[in-house]
Amino acid sequence: MISVAWTAVKVIFAVATGLNIAGFLGWLERKQSAVLQDRIGANRAEIFGFRVLGFFHPIADALKMLTKEDYIPPFAHQPFYAMAPGISLGFGLLGLAALPFGGNITAFGHSVSLQPIQSPYGLLLVLGLLSLGVHGVVMAGYSSASNYGLIGGLRGASQMIAYEVCLATTLSSVAFVYGTLDLQQAVLWQGRLLFGFIPAWGIVLQPLGFLLFLTAAAAETKRTPFDLPEGESEIVGYHVEYSGMKFGMFLMTDFVESIVVSGLATALYLGGWQVPGLHLAGALGGLIMVLAFLAKVMLVLFLLMQIRWTLPRFRFDQLLDLGWKNILPLSLLNFLLTVWGVYLWRLR
Amino acid sequence: MAIKIKEVTRPPRNFQGQIFIWEVWLGLLVTFRHLFVNLWRHTLKAMGIKTEPGSVTIQYPEDPAVLGRRARTRHRLLKREDGTPRCTACLLCETICPAKCIRIVAEDSPDVIIEKRAKSFSIDLGLCVFCGYCAEACPVDAIHMDSSDVAITAYDRKDMIWNMAELLEGKKSPSIAQ
Repeated sequence: MISVAWTAVKVIFAVATGLNIAGFLGWLERKQSAVLQDRIGANRAEIFGFRVLGFFHPIADALKMLTKEDYIPPFAHQPFYAMAPGISLGFGLLGLAALPFGGNITAFGHSVSLQPIQSPYGLLLVLGLLSLGVHGVVMAGYSSASNYGLIGGLRGASQMIAYEVCLATTLSSVAFVYGTLDLQQAVLWQGRLLFGFIPAWGIVLQPLGFLLFLTAAAAETKRTPFDLPEGESEIVGYHVEYSGMKFGMFLMTDFVESIVVSGLATALYLGGWQVPGLHLAGALGGLIMVLAFLAKVMLVLFLLMQIRWTLPRFRFDQLLDLGWKNILPLSLLNFLLTVWGVYLWRLR
Repeated sequence: MAIKIKEVTRPPRNFQGQIFIWEVWLGLLVTFRHLFVNLWRHTLKAMGIKTEPGSVTIQYPEDPAVLGRRARTRHRLLKREDGTPRCTACLLCETICPAKCIRIVAEDSPDVIIEKRAKSFSIDLGLCVFCGYCAEACPVDAIHMDSSDVAITAYDRKDMIWNMAELLEGKKSPSIAQ
């Protein structure tokens, strides 16, 4: 009973962290795009005359979303219409709880795991939750009784299914290297050193895999250059009929899913909570673990945003070509090479 | 003028472009350069060191709007040396105005050489399309569109109609910067 309550506390903590980072990403997205385009960015929201580099804009956004009229189109399928954003956001948030924010530490006489949901199949759990998110997209498009929304939802479904295959193939090769599907074990495995000085992070062992994962992850989370399901500016997306906080939840989903895939990238390719040269233990070690993990996650998010503001959007057939004809064969090749390499390594 | 045809050759589809990754890297180099150079300039500015500006943004209500030298802005009536309006109420501007926003009432001028002058001259700036025909049509150089005033605002449509005194001397709009 105590352990269940303890797990619940940790899950809530993980979800709250994720939501806060999502709010921060709203700010980062605006400011980063502004600075790299020689602009200033939103800086007008103020509280008692303080502007703090536009930091209050996410709060103003949330207030606006909450106070806007929540209009439901008269022909919409009401239950599905109301459920869709919840499904999208809910599975994304659950994915956060399976990330290894830290290892197992002993603090104040208790043994604590800093991973909220520990499972020997953690990688499959996160992948499954990510692919369940597509149901929200399809439901939103289908239930809003709008042809534009329906087509947007179908675009989203075919894109996400295409890239899920690439994502799973790429991740299976990295799981093959570590010999486990447990995210915590994978992070622990990366604590060793190659040749005595290079940390054996996934990015060193699987450089091609990291690139393929990053591409497939950007497509899976509907980030530009793969944001065809929503198409902010030109093409109409699956959430065209949504307004108010329901629309806000779709926006949040994007950010939360980005955090989840960045967390996966951190755990599997960037050494998770490991800091090279530091043996982390105890309460202070736990704090450093969580901070190191979050710092790496922010780094990946920063890179994803930079890519977003660098590349134009793909056309849909180009997108599917890239997924099925280029990334999938490459990730299969990567998998074959990995299996061969691991086999030779074990023979040694 | 004869029509010329310019041949544009498509860039070749080579391996480097087709694997994306190299081109993406080049693009990232450009955006990262902009990001870090601008961040560096913002940091220097925050520390009070003079550098190139980190952005091209003009923060409009606080900073004045930057207008081209030939920009057509709010009308301005000009005066003679003795301070009387140059307008001779010929009605050319009222006639040419496509938006029909100029109203002129003429009267006799005490000066027999001038003959006519405007008794009242009003422009409805809410109707004006800023085409500049009035300034072009004026034979006596009495109306210009060079007041550099673009923030013409009012709380009422009536207040958008400016009379002769206001057009001669200028009027303070309820400012958005307040």
